[in-house]
Amino acid sequence: MEKRVTLNNRVLPYLLLAPQLAVTLVFFIWPAAQALYQSLLRQDPFGLKTTFVGFANFEKLFTDPLYLSSLYLTLGFSFSVTAISMGSALVLAIMADRVVKGAQGYKTLIIWPYAVAPAVAGALWWLMFNPTVGVLAYVLRGVGYDWNHYINGTDAFILVVIAAAWKQISYNFLFFLAGLQSIPRALVEAAAIDGAGPVRRFWTIILPLLSPTSFFLLVVNVTYAFFDTFGVIHATTTGGPGQSTTILVYKVFADGFLALDLGSSAAQSVLLMLIVVALTVVQFRFVERRVHY
Amino acid sequence: MSDNSAKSAMVENRPWLDALAHGVLILGAAMVLFPLWIAFVASTLDGSSLINSIVPLLPGDRFLENYTTALSAGSKAAGGVPVGLMLTNSLIMALVITIGKIAISLTSAYAIVYFRFPLRMTCFWMIFITLMLPVEVRILPTFEVVADFGLLNSYTGLTLPLIASATATFLFRQFFLTVPDELLEAARIDGAGPLRFFRDILLPLSRTNIAALFVILFIYGWNQYLWPLLITTDEQYYTVVMGLQRMLAVPDSEPQWHLVMATSLLALLPPVAVVVAMQRLFVKGLVETEK
Amino acid sequence: MAEITLQAVEKTYAGGFKAVHGVSLEVPDGAFCVLVGPSGCGKSTLLRMVAGLEYVTAGTVAIGGRPVNDLEPGQRDIAMVFQNYALYPHMSVYDNMAYGLRNRRVPKAEIERKVRDAAEILNLGEMLDRKPRQLSGGQRQRVAMGRAIVRSPQVFLFDEPLSNLDAKLRVQMRVEIKRLQRRLGVTSLYVTHDQVEAMTLSDVLVVMNAGRVEQIGSPQEIYARPASRFVATFIGSPSMNLIRGVVTDGGRLALSGTEIDAAPGLSARAGQTVEIGLRPEDMRIAPHDGPGTLPFRLEFREDLGATELLHGTIAGEAATLHLPAGSALHRTETLSLIVAPEKLHLFDPQTGLRLG
Repeated sequence: MEKRVTLNNRVLPYLLLAPQLAVTLVFFIWPAAQALYQSLLRQDPFGLKTTFVGFANFEKLFTDPLYLSSLYLTLGFSFSVTAISMGSALVLAIMADRVVKGAQGYKTLIIWPYAVAPAVAGALWWLMFNPTVGVLAYVLRGVGYDWNHYINGTDAFILVVIAAAWKQISYNFLFFLAGLQSIPRALVEAAAIDGAGPVRRFWTIILPLLSPTSFFLLVVNVTYAFFDTFGVIHATTTGGPGQSTTILVYKVFADGFLALDLGSSAAQSVLLMLIVVALTVVQFRFVERRVHY
Repeated sequence: MSDNSAKSAMVENRPWLDALAHGVLILGAAMVLFPLWIAFVASTLDGSSLINSIVPLLPGDRFLENYTTALSAGSKAAGGVPVGLMLTNSLIMALVITIGKIAISLTSAYAIVYFRFPLRMTCFWMIFITLMLPVEVRILPTFEVVADFGLLNSYTGLTLPLIASATATFLFRQFFLTVPDELLEAARIDGAGPLRFFRDILLPLSRTNIAALFVILFIYGWNQYLWPLLITTDEQYYTVVMGLQRMLAVPDSEPQWHLVMATSLLALLPPVAVVVAMQRLFVKGLVETEK
Repeated sequence: MAEITLQAVEKTYAGGFKAVHGVSLEVPDGAFCVLVGPSGCGKSTLLRMVAGLEYVTAGTVAIGGRPVNDLEPGQRDIAMVFQNYALYPHMSVYDNMAYGLRNRRVPKAEIERKVRDAAEILNLGEMLDRKPRQLSGGQRQRVAMGRAIVRSPQVFLFDEPLSNLDAKLRVQMRVEIKRLQRRLGVTSLYVTHDQVEAMTLSDVLVVMNAGRVEQIGSPQEIYARPASRFVATFIGSPSMNLIRGVVTDGGRLALSGTEIDAAPGLSARAGQTVEIGLRPEDMRIAPHDGPGTLPFRLEFREDLGATELLHGTIAGEAATLHLPAGSALHRTETLSLIVAPEKLHLFDPQTGLRLG
């Protein structure tokens, strides 16, 4: 963890660290401290006076039905995105692990969405589901479902889930594939000799050995769904219709920038920070067993 | 991985499973590629044909026309910001962020690993904390700070706040810890001071890591959305990913889909090209930064 | 003049562990000095203090009469060969050797000349463009030495340079190193745990144990008159046998029922228990059994071709004999041994120090 041999300059290390520390202090730590402080204040309706109100903003949040519904919505969103993207990625990875020919080609074809910005992903699916010109909306109408995400909250929710999950499949695919390929062949062969067919082998050998990777991806996916999907929402549904796609991270933005409710937005920021901290702690503490590639 | 790729000596030879695997993979790839295809088709159609009818499955004939319009004039309904300008801004932003992050993280990791000085661990934890402070959780205050510095609507404002990266620093730190101690000792005996050692020995050895990180960070920088959205109100500084949103969010009318899709494709092309062309480095970068 | 002088040098680490206790040592100009001892005895620490890679807690280190305690390694005009070679992996052999000279702003033409000269001495001429990973262990070791030679320093430092080589290569390189040092005449300080290297390479041999110097001298002196039980058993392979005995009134040594002659000038008192040191190669088979001989009970033998090792016991304590092949041909269980009194080494059982 540490170097045995080190250099002994006095000033140089500080100079080397200065750029990063400067940016960190000015643009990370200070604003975070500001958010913490502002979450304890409330502005009066005319924006003239601010008073210290302790945890009142937080109490208000927890009794605000809009905030709570956003919270549940985010949980549902995160669950759906994680389940869909991890599930499909696992299936694809298992298949890719089996094939010899063309594996590299499939890999290339499947991993490129990682490079697509969430907002762009949103735009692509926004078109596909567009009630007037979208291919998928047309197909759904064909089977009797009148899709319209401008009006129907559930449709909008489904749309953003799909857009967010679509983008994340590639990331999960890569890690699942690497995890599968790191399972020693000998174990699978021994199980086959012991009479286990492919399905049984999968459930009893492969899946358990994949669990460190799975757990790691779970944490990453949840973090992604909570925070990196802002672009998907903002570029397409802007939280609507109504509040049906207002996830927490979008709400912070909407309340802060659009509605200018500083205290509430700051309090929401603080709560989000706590969630990040919890997720990071989980990631570093429990996902210690790194899968070696 | 050495004996795992010897699939020729299969556990069982069940050809139907292989066929199934290929089938699933082709289906999967198709589903992944489908939105891209539709977008491409839409971007080659005549604008008026997109108002009322479904996007067909085969491309149209307006490829050159649409892309030229997008690049030079943008979407009129959305204020007509030329996509060419936005692409340039995105490129500048992505490159500055990438190069900046790499440079700063290299020096910070060097300081933390190779030197002993008071507050060393404090600095380490300070950098670590930034992992837990994505932009989304400190939107307003960060905006205020940037505004106070007068950095709104500027390249500096677009890039500077995003230049400190804990992931890159930790990656380099991890790598430096694996460099044998004797190299430093030999270099000292060869009369190299700390900076010379850094330049002549450590940097060349870090080449692959730097390249892998370049791919990851370029994608990150190019795809920045919330931050450019917040701090640019002057069209001169719009980036393509946020500019796309403006094209979509036209009030009271349908977006000009052909131009929007052309822009989408232009927006995703550079990062996707980088990933595909440098796939190995990309995968290495992903894997290394998650350790 | 590039002599190395150490005066009461100590090293204490941050946690309180004292690795080196007050070592004083003088290596004459041009001499080859070997520091030998078991792992953890402080020899590497001492070397690194001379190199400037470790701070000296107390005492002075001087090179060529100049105290160097406060000088950076790069300022001490030394060169070092590391156990793991420490070659810069991304540089060619040429660049590896040239690096130190470039840092000192030596003109390009001169660098070229020095590198090629060193490459010729070490037979590296064809490898100058290759990278370290394309070389074998022995070749890498030579590049490491080339890097040292090229700088024409006042002092060469070697940190167990042969440990990573296979046995045969080790013998070859040992000879090369010795030849090289003789030819160049540079003062050298060499660390090893291998006592064969220590004996063959050194002009001055320093035996260390637990941070202290046990003995300093020429290899012959140390072999013939080890100053302590530790040195006696460390130098010489197979190691010296130690048998307990008692000094008799008549100035002889009594052990397990026999008495043997001791060397004149014995400084032990009568009745004193001593440890008698007998080198396996110093004992001979007695022409006759009887008084004055040592009874040896043979357990098994190892045939080394030209010689053989006989393992057994003397006076109940384990002992080994090293005799020419076929010496004990017809003996199966017991032998009688004689040993010249000058070849007896006596040690105090408590202090381990040499007596007389």
